[in-house]
Amino acid sequence: MRLVLRDITKRFGSVVANDRISLTVEPGEIHCLLGENGAGKSTLMNVLYGLYHADEGEIEIDGEVRRFVGPGDAMAAGIGMVHQHFMLIPVFTVAENVMLGNESTTGPLGRLDLESARERVTEISERFGFHVNPDALVEDLPVGVQQRVEIIKALSRDAELLVFDEPTAVLTPQETDELMGIMRQLKESGKAIVFITHKLREVREVADRITVIRLGKVVGEAEPTATNAELASMMVGRPVELVVDKGEGSFGDDALVVDNLRVIDQTGHVHVDGLSFTIRAGEVLAVAGVQGNGQTELTEALMGLQDHVTGSIKLNGKELVGRSTRKVLDADVGFIPEDRQVDGLVGEFTIAENLMLNRSFEMPFVRHGGLRIGTLREFAEDKLAEYDVRARDIDTLAGNLSGGNQQKVVVARELSRDLDLLVAAQPTRGVDVGSIEFIHKQIVATRDAGVPVLLVSTELDEVVALADRIMVLYRGRIVGIVPADTPREKLGLMMTGERPKDVVA
Amino acid sequence: MSTTADTPATVPDELGQVAVVSRKTPILLAVLVVGLALVLLFSDSVGETTFRVASRNDLFQIPDITVPGRATAWVMLAGCALLTGESFRRLLNQQKTPLWLVATYALLWMTAFLSWAAIGGRVPVVGLFGGAVALAVPLVFGALGGVLGERAGVVNIAIEAQLLFGAFAAAVVASSTGSAWAGVLAAALAGVLVASVLGLFAIGYFVDQIIVGVVLNVLVIGLTNFFFRQVLTPNAETLNSPERLSAVPIPLLGQIPLIGPVLFRQTPLVYLLYVTVAVVAFALYRTRWGLRVRAVGEHPKAADTVGIKVNRTRWRTVLLAGAVAGLGGAYFSLVAVSGFNREMTGGAGFIALAAVIFGKWDPVRATLAALLFGFASNLQGVLSVIGSPVPSQFMLMLPYLVTILAVAGLVGRSRPPAADGQPYRSQ
Repeated sequence: MRLVLRDITKRFGSVVANDRISLTVEPGEIHCLLGENGAGKSTLMNVLYGLYHADEGEIEIDGEVRRFVGPGDAMAAGIGMVHQHFMLIPVFTVAENVMLGNESTTGPLGRLDLESARERVTEISERFGFHVNPDALVEDLPVGVQQRVEIIKALSRDAELLVFDEPTAVLTPQETDELMGIMRQLKESGKAIVFITHKLREVREVADRITVIRLGKVVGEAEPTATNAELASMMVGRPVELVVDKGEGSFGDDALVVDNLRVIDQTGHVHVDGLSFTIRAGEVLAVAGVQGNGQTELTEALMGLQDHVTGSIKLNGKELVGRSTRKVLDADVGFIPEDRQVDGLVGEFTIAENLMLNRSFEMPFVRHGGLRIGTLREFAEDKLAEYDVRARDIDTLAGNLSGGNQQKVVVARELSRDLDLLVAAQPTRGVDVGSIEFIHKQIVATRDAGVPVLLVSTELDEVVALADRIMVLYRGRIVGIVPADTPREKLGLMMTGERPKDVVA
Repeated sequence: MSTTADTPATVPDELGQVAVVSRKTPILLAVLVVGLALVLLFSDSVGETTFRVASRNDLFQIPDITVPGRATAWVMLAGCALLTGESFRRLLNQQKTPLWLVATYALLWMTAFLSWAAIGGRVPVVGLFGGAVALAVPLVFGALGGVLGERAGVVNIAIEAQLLFGAFAAAVVASSTGSAWAGVLAAALAGVLVASVLGLFAIGYFVDQIIVGVVLNVLVIGLTNFFFRQVLTPNAETLNSPERLSAVPIPLLGQIPLIGPVLFRQTPLVYLLYVTVAVVAFALYRTRWGLRVRAVGEHPKAADTVGIKVNRTRWRTVLLAGAVAGLGGAYFSLVAVSGFNREMTGGAGFIALAAVIFGKWDPVRATLAALLFGFASNLQGVLSVIGSPVPSQFMLMLPYLVTILAVAGLVGRSRPPAADGQPYRSQ
């Protein structure tokens, strides 16, 4: 299928998400859409998929202009989408998910024809070597397999063009490699592929053509032979430092000592099991691992946000297990939560109000239960400038800021106290490259000031860039704690639970 | 710790699951045993209790069973105590209390209770169960309506309103047309009418579904009270004296002892209920329609991306659910009594809602839950007829007490449809 998008414009209110974007995708090619978070890639694809309606422009398939009112039309035209957040129903089986919206029935009672759906799944699964059991419940499958179910879903509707929207965000390096293989295989069978990503490494590996989008506009095309630096500067619009400038650390005594930590949820699932590690003053311990391997529960246990925690967490000799979150904060622990929208900020509060959320009990912002507005405003003005938060003023609602600026507000709040420990979970997720650079510098500065840092990240690049030591988690257990210069391949292997023979658990 | 091994080690793939066994069940069982034991100790009634199992027109007659009341109660209660012990033993071994244990316990406890409560009298077993089925009719219809709506992602607090409006419409239409069946149809339509208001606000305008439901309940109470006083009471002859639906025994099936009179000598509304339960259960799990309804209630966005019209599906399901719940309303004014009376549903809609949760959003389980609540209601009636020593005010409380115990104590962890109660906006 040959797809041409011509001058697509999509506005949300006064924001122009797509500004006259044109794009051509040929059959049998992998076309990469490269751009930062918020550049408008997903909006464009949602227009193509019929989820949004373009304000201007047209979609042409094999020389014919088409109008899609809903995803049903796009699917009928042969467009399939592998969504970033899988569009699968967790309590349905694979076969039920694949047949949904496209069901065949048998008999006079209109009984669902599950048998033919099963066969279809098995047939496609075998053709591409997916190994997916049609009767498995989707919620029981690993993320990588769920993604294959999404691909099967699209293929079972005879999709000729497949859109992959940030497909590698949730995958291990190994699973990513497998996905790249699948994409090449699809390409060879004549499918057209649109691959949306912001990861330069992946682009250069599989792309036949690259289109770079910035702030809703196409800024140019690039060859797969372009260097990382070239692609990055096209994406951001200025030269970017991809490597964090980080000197030798000077490490003090063991500051955080975690011993045999175990976290259980209300239903009895063990999420973290037998974790023991230490972080020295002035050291960054980076926790690597695929999302959902106990990282969230580990940070929440540190912050007193989990109910069933056993073992011990000692910060400078003081026990943190069993303390309330407020008491943990009182022990001078800073926390950058992994989801700023849910746990980091109150979207309906102003920047200034958000900046005092962790100090709402005492001086300098509160006296005798009353807010000291003047002090707060002064403080907020300072932080706005210091942390380069791009906002009209301190009274802007946090919810109206871009992802990068929201995260800077969180970082500003957490780092503006004297810390004894910084827990940073996914500090740069969904943040533009410019802000990543800034936040990384702040974390390194914190470390250089002698504060122990626990960094959790699913981005291997970030882990390698910031870590002094790397701890790899798999299924809630430590695979190994290794030096920062460990090769990526080895780290990738460890993230799948394999412990290389020279690594001590 | 060993440093190097020849082969790379692998971190175990699965993490353990620590069994979290609720202590609620064994404790509840123990409390019930102790409670009944205390009652037995402090009461002084002596005599024999007769259980009457047979009824007229049975194929063959089972003789009455007469037992010494107190002694039987104590024996049965001892059985309950043993089962409670077993439940505690399982708790210590981190095991759950199985359903068969709870069911056996319930049977023994009921027998113990009845042996004592009906000392010197006769327990009409057929009447006890048959009445339970009849009383459960509005609860089952209401619960099925609730299950349908919630499976599609729309919480329906307004089951009570649908029942009440159904009862009102049934009485008026059956009286004015002279046909009870027209009344039944009108009840369904009344349910649809209430559902359409719910749908308009909950689906069309994204209003909080709980609030819409509560408001609808109050609104329908107000409306029916108004029309009852202003219109029905002055014209009772023409508008509020419907023909009652009477029992229609099914030949042969109805003559099987015990089962026959309980299940197959009922009103046509009960037979309609059997069909509805079967159809809803089949449709929800085995048809394209059901798959789509469940998809829309679990993950509407996913359903949208495969071309399913989310809100249209929800609308249809909510209207259908309204019709089903409305049917239950006909029971009140065409079966239980002849004619409408103010607030005659008496909270049945809320018990139906509890049955939805107790039944874990499954039509068959919700039906069983509703039957349990129906049994509790009927027990109250039967005991007051026998003239039991239990104060009648306490007995009136029984169905609601059972509801609370069931939902809070026994339901365990149940998972509602993931998108239950969340309005869906497509871009």
